[in-house]
Amino acid sequence: MSDYDLPAAIATLRRVREDPNRLGRRGHGDAGPALGAGHGATGPASKRVIVGYGFWIFLLSDIVMFSCFFAAFAVQREATAGGPTISDIVDLRRVALETAALLLSSYSCGLSFAATNARNRLWTQVFLAITAALGLAFVLLEAQEFYDLVRNGVTPQRSGMLTAFFGLVGLHGVHVSIGGLWLATMMAQVQFKGFRTEIVHRLICFNLFWHALDIVWIGIFTIVYLIGAGS
Amino acid sequence: MSNLEFDPHEYTGTLDKREDHAPGDVAEESAGHWVLNANLGLGFSVVLTVASFWAAGAHWIWGPAVPMALIVLAIAQMGVHLVYFLHITTGPDNTNNVLALAYGVLVVFLILAGSVWIMAHLADNMMPMDKLMDMAR
Repeated sequence: MSDYDLPAAIATLRRVREDPNRLGRRGHGDAGPALGAGHGATGPASKRVIVGYGFWIFLLSDIVMFSCFFAAFAVQREATAGGPTISDIVDLRRVALETAALLLSSYSCGLSFAATNARNRLWTQVFLAITAALGLAFVLLEAQEFYDLVRNGVTPQRSGMLTAFFGLVGLHGVHVSIGGLWLATMMAQVQFKGFRTEIVHRLICFNLFWHALDIVWIGIFTIVYLIGAGS
Repeated sequence: MSNLEFDPHEYTGTLDKREDHAPGDVAEESAGHWVLNANLGLGFSVVLTVASFWAAGAHWIWGPAVPMALIVLAIAQMGVHLVYFLHITTGPDNTNNVLALAYGVLVVFLILAGSVWIMAHLADNMMPMDKLMDMAR
């Protein structure tokens, strides 16, 4: 028999049961490949998928923007105009702390979404609060780094390398700061509006955003700090 | 009960009804699966991050190979984040996500490699500043 006889939602339910890991095949019987899963047979995707996918596209475009700043830094790396080189301004101990803070905040963000899926408001809030605290620690460490550099005359206008450095690292810092504001907003919304569908959609997007920031930071601490420290 | 051989309500009590998956979102899975994924992601990330910081300070690695080693470690860690935190898989429900990601990676690669390549050639072909000054005299 064919799934085309059934309404789409029921065909989907059947597929979820018969093909829980979405491998596109049935465990037994002579039925064809599973319907749905992007093959256009089950109607438009749900709003949850469309929201998440749309945000994914935005994040990729954001990463493309970051790649321009990375390219600028890579090109300007030696353009120090007689000023400090990149290895002069890197403090690996602080970078290690920043990396730990951001990685752990990403982890706690993932845990908060596990709690969201379990519809547990308390633990969602606890993990979101931990995420916020670690994100704040990251931003403060970076602010301290910038303050120390500027106090010693290492400013963005000193050389092409420093312009690219402050541009790239600062852009990421701005992203984390705005993400922190978003996080505070989400905590308030979870508290007062509960796990409504649209709130959960926003939490999905926030999770994606926060993890993407961590991915960008991997690029920064590798290309700017670690490779810079060794040169 | 209809002639269905299973109970549809069993599957609709949770979140939305879903067909495809968006990144960072996996349907019909328990919180435990998310926690496991987060733990695995954190574990791999810590190992790779420590390896990166250690390789940067290691003196027994041939100097010029260090940046390459760091880049490989970074790409590996980005892969870990994509799989365990963003839940990108190779399954048929993820085709759209992976295609969008592939396009993003292509653009990023073109921007990075293109800029570095072009500007390195430009720098190579530029006359040294002192010679330029001599000619101007």
